[in-house]
Amino acid sequence: MGSPQGGRLVRDTARTGDQWFRLLLAAMAAAVPFVIGTMVVALIAAAWPAILRFGARFLITTTWDPVASQFGVLSFVYGTVVSSALALLIAVPLGLGVSIFLSELVPGWLRTPISFLVELLAAIPSVVIGLWGIFVLVPWVRTTAEPALQASLGFLPLFRGPPLGLGLLTAGLILSVMVVPFVVAVSTAVMRAVPTAQREAAQALGATRWETTRTAVLPYARSGILGAIFLALARALGETMAVTMVIGNVAQIRVSLFAPAYTIPAVIANEFAEATGDLYVAALVYAGLVLLVVTVAMNALARLLVNRVVQGPSFIAE
Amino acid sequence: MDPRYRLRRGMDQGMTLVCFLCTLLVLTPLVLVLTFLAQTGLSALNWDFFTKLPGAAGEPGGGMANAITGTLILIGLAGCLGIPIGVLGGTFLSEYPQTQVSRISRFAADVMNGIPSIVMGLFAYVLIVLPLRHFSALAGGVALGVMLIPTVMRTTEEVVRLVPQSVREAALALGIPQWKTTLRVVLPTATAGIVTGIMIALARIAGETAPLLFTAFGNRFWNRSILQPIAALPLQIFAYAISPFDDWHRQAWAGALVLVAIVLVVNVGARYATSRQVRLR
Repeated sequence: MGSPQGGRLVRDTARTGDQWFRLLLAAMAAAVPFVIGTMVVALIAAAWPAILRFGARFLITTTWDPVASQFGVLSFVYGTVVSSALALLIAVPLGLGVSIFLSELVPGWLRTPISFLVELLAAIPSVVIGLWGIFVLVPWVRTTAEPALQASLGFLPLFRGPPLGLGLLTAGLILSVMVVPFVVAVSTAVMRAVPTAQREAAQALGATRWETTRTAVLPYARSGILGAIFLALARALGETMAVTMVIGNVAQIRVSLFAPAYTIPAVIANEFAEATGDLYVAALVYAGLVLLVVTVAMNALARLLVNRVVQGPSFIAE
Repeated sequence: MDPRYRLRRGMDQGMTLVCFLCTLLVLTPLVLVLTFLAQTGLSALNWDFFTKLPGAAGEPGGGMANAITGTLILIGLAGCLGIPIGVLGGTFLSEYPQTQVSRISRFAADVMNGIPSIVMGLFAYVLIVLPLRHFSALAGGVALGVMLIPTVMRTTEEVVRLVPQSVREAALALGIPQWKTTLRVVLPTATAGIVTGIMIALARIAGETAPLLFTAFGNRFWNRSILQPIAALPLQIFAYAISPFDDWHRQAWAGALVLVAIVLVVNVGARYATSRQVRLR
């Protein structure tokens, strides 16, 4: 960018000024990887008693008993994974539909308002979505959605049991609302980055708009779309407030989607401030550490996939 | 018409319709949430809400004056930490884009953006609450400030990059050292965009609840020191939402309405400001 040779003609003071300035800016930029590193180290240190005591068993046992000092997060992992999977099952097809609409089909003047509205959905605080969940979505799921599912698909064990409203199904629904903007933002950016020549080539062969999308745009954008999915998954795994408010917060593993469950972020949110005893706190931090490692890995993978399609920093993670 | 072509055209129109319906469906929750807040929150909003402390548990009345102030204080603290680091770091990413530091930081910022906010809370807890031995506004501010850094950094990078190269060259040609060129010419040119990015990032952390649960912790009274627990609007909304009292539910709706109104105004305002700027260019 700005040529560093510029200072060479000027006095030496200017050059040292440039060097110090550059060093200061570089230090600020380097703060980000430094913070991530510190975060990992700090959480490992705080979780150390629990890591020593439980090791990998922590992840595959279900006993969560602060009184007996026995901690295993399997039931929280189950709740987190199932609710997130459910969210992706809903959000990915819908989000891709919106992205195709935005990048391939919509007239230009409508594109900005629609993508702005989708961004607004992402901007609504999680606690507000959760509030709406408690007072609108949960009653609706209890009185309408779950009885209907039970009546039509009740032969599946997934849709059995009393319709409570609070549970995995509602958590999945609310999570899908929260992650769909990310699917849309990233996959639209990826599809828009597909070279126009690709589309023109398909059209020159007589393809309709949908055929162009299916044969030229989607294959080209494939890895980026996969990245968008991973990004949304990482968001869903770590989403705290809205899920805490609607999932019921019962540490159990049940096949039924109507059953209440619990997630890792929710247990940290509910129990951390009141946790007494070093091992209890350490166990909760250990759970957070697991979450951190998984989401960092997913985000890194997602970025690499997206960057294969979208070159340069032309889209913001929002 | 060739029946096969008719089929293909039908498919094309069908998929267009499907994509359109997807868009409607995705935007439905936005409409539902906003109408829900407008219906419930407006009737619960009154003067007391902005001027009074919370009432005793179960008793009607009281407001969220301390929570609103608390959120402003937390945002201020977060800004003190996150804005300088974000803006200067973003400037580095833009002005020295090909260096190793830039590549790593850019990637790290994108990754950090996806770290769950509850983990940020744990980080601030371990870093500040543990050594000081009590919950504090400072810890909450740090948790939010850390969350600001990657967003501010990436938006700053984007807008500083938009400053035409000729502007930098003109300044350098006058014999101005590069650091002065960056500080006095490049950054001022990009100010509008940088401020917009900061506003959106601040609006985003204003609604964060999870990182505050065990850092700022919440407080039913006025906060007197940044080393003491402090109330925050999202925390109060959460506490009231899961409480069993009807009056508290109403106040939660009112609080949510205020919070969403702030977020919407900032987002729409920022969008308007940038669109004007682009048109002027």
